[in-house]
Amino acid sequence: MIITKSKPKEAVLRSLEDHERVFIVGCGTCATLCQTGGEEQVNEMANILGKKACGKVVVETPCDIRILRRDLSSHSNIIAASDAILALCCGSGAQAIGEFTDKIVIPGLDTLFVGETERIGRFYERCRACGECIIHETGGICPIVRCAKGLLNGPCGGMANGKCEAGGHVRDCAWVLIYKRLEGQGMVEKFKEIRKVRDRSKKAEPQELKTR
Amino acid sequence: MRRAYSDFMKALNDGKFVFTGEIEPKKTTKLEGIIEAAKVLKNHVVACNVTDNPRARAYLSSLVASYVIQRDVGLETICHITVRDRNRLALISDLLGASALGIKNVLVISGDHTTGGDNPGAMPVYDLDSTQFVQMVRGMVDKGIDLNGNPIDGMVKLHVGVVGNPNADPLEVELCKVERKIDAGAEFIQTQIVFDVEKAKRFVKELNSSVPVLIGIFPCKSHRIAEFIANKIPGISVPKEYIEGLKSAGASGNGSEIINKIDMVNVEYFSTLIKELRRTTKTAGIHIMTMGYESIVGKITDRALDGTSR
Ligand code: SF4
Ligand code: SF4
Repeated sequence: MIITKSKPKEAVLRSLEDHERVFIVGCGTCATLCQTGGEEQVNEMANILGKKACGKVVVETPCDIRILRRDLSSHSNIIAASDAILALCCGSGAQAIGEFTDKIVIPGLDTLFVGETERIGRFYERCRACGECIIHETGGICPIVRCAKGLLNGPCGGMANGKCEAGGHVRDCAWVLIYKRLEGQGMVEKFKEIRKVRDRSKKAEPQELKTR
Repeated sequence: MRRAYSDFMKALNDGKFVFTGEIEPKKTTKLEGIIEAAKVLKNHVVACNVTDNPRARAYLSSLVASYVIQRDVGLETICHITVRDRNRLALISDLLGASALGIKNVLVISGDHTTGGDNPGAMPVYDLDSTQFVQMVRGMVDKGIDLNGNPIDGMVKLHVGVVGNPNADPLEVELCKVERKIDAGAEFIQTQIVFDVEKAKRFVKELNSSVPVLIGIFPCKSHRIAEFIANKIPGISVPKEYIEGLKSAGASGNGSEIINKIDMVNVEYFSTLIKELRRTTKTAGIHIMTMGYESIVGKITDRALDGTSR
């Protein structure tokens, strides 16, 4: 899931200062689960904006142009008459909305990471979409994300008592977790292997996937 | 055994007990400080390490400082290179530059994380990790090719070392990591500072390294520094006797008396530690970090070696 966080209300209001009529678009999927762009947050934002809010809708998945077309069609006149759209969804959704409507889009959320949900309000970054998954070599734990330095042959010298230097020895060191997981699976030999340099060109340019 | 390009590597290959020092360039354009420190170290160490943006602070370049120390003082250097601040292009170009300028030893460091440094908004690079860096240096030195196999004009004459941490807990994870770096082609190991001789002994014995291991020590100029390390740097234990020794040495007397007494505590403590390591393990040498307390180095090395040969 894409994890988002609401921008501070004052910051959102400031970005909307120059706009008279604002249409609010929420997200029925990830941002609803994060409680940042669901019905409740869209209504709350409409209340805060008062007269400025000219309309609102929660689109099932605003990152999908087909769903946008379907869910925005009944609002097309109001949107056409608006000055800007406030997007309560991830950056991908916000851009799709701009692309589809050609309107000024103001992001109401900060997009944080691809994450795992423990329970509502507790999310953990687990994947950085690196383009070449290697977690079968690392006990199912991603070092790209969970090692603060993204090392492939850790731990670094900053590990102390199994904790990570970055952030002051609070989080577990990913490489100690990886060791323990592999040890439990009887695969310590895998830990000892040297993992080769990564091909960063996979992420060096904007990615597109066209299979058809 | 690989061919030795540097005096440091020659001494290790000859089985001599080797001392190295350490110099930290600061956020400055002045070179006097590092030159003075290098002069103090010169007759007591085979080579001195030159740090590269330690604790993620942006300081004068380790490469420039290493070159100047070798040129103006005639002390061989071990130039630190962190993989935190440079991608592979910049690392390759610095290694070529280092070799061209006559620097013969490099020590690869992961580098403390940027968020704890003096420009915490910096992008942490880590394009390669230290193990992969060692592999890259092997290609450059042994085969004359860069990381992607492109040929290099002229020989790259460098030795590459890595860091190990005897204080690490769990130690077995650290040992696996250091072994990996040796497998990748590291030629020497210098360790994180150790005060507890038992930790150093255990590290050397359990690692049973095929390449020389230099144990890092850090003589403290006051008990406050020792207490800071004991309390604020996770994982490093500092024996109480040592802290107490420094404390009572600093308790009375005038300035120079106190300095003498502190020196005596350090000389006694570390020469005993060094002798114990030499007697009981295959420790190849000692890396002495000083951070401004360079005057202690000769005193410790002299005492540690009395009655023995290098
Ligand atoms: S290695 Fe990590 S970042 Fe890459 S795809 Fe797998 S989980 Fe995602
Ligand atoms: S302490 Fe562990 S998780 Fe943190 S940066 Fe170092 S290797 Fe990575």
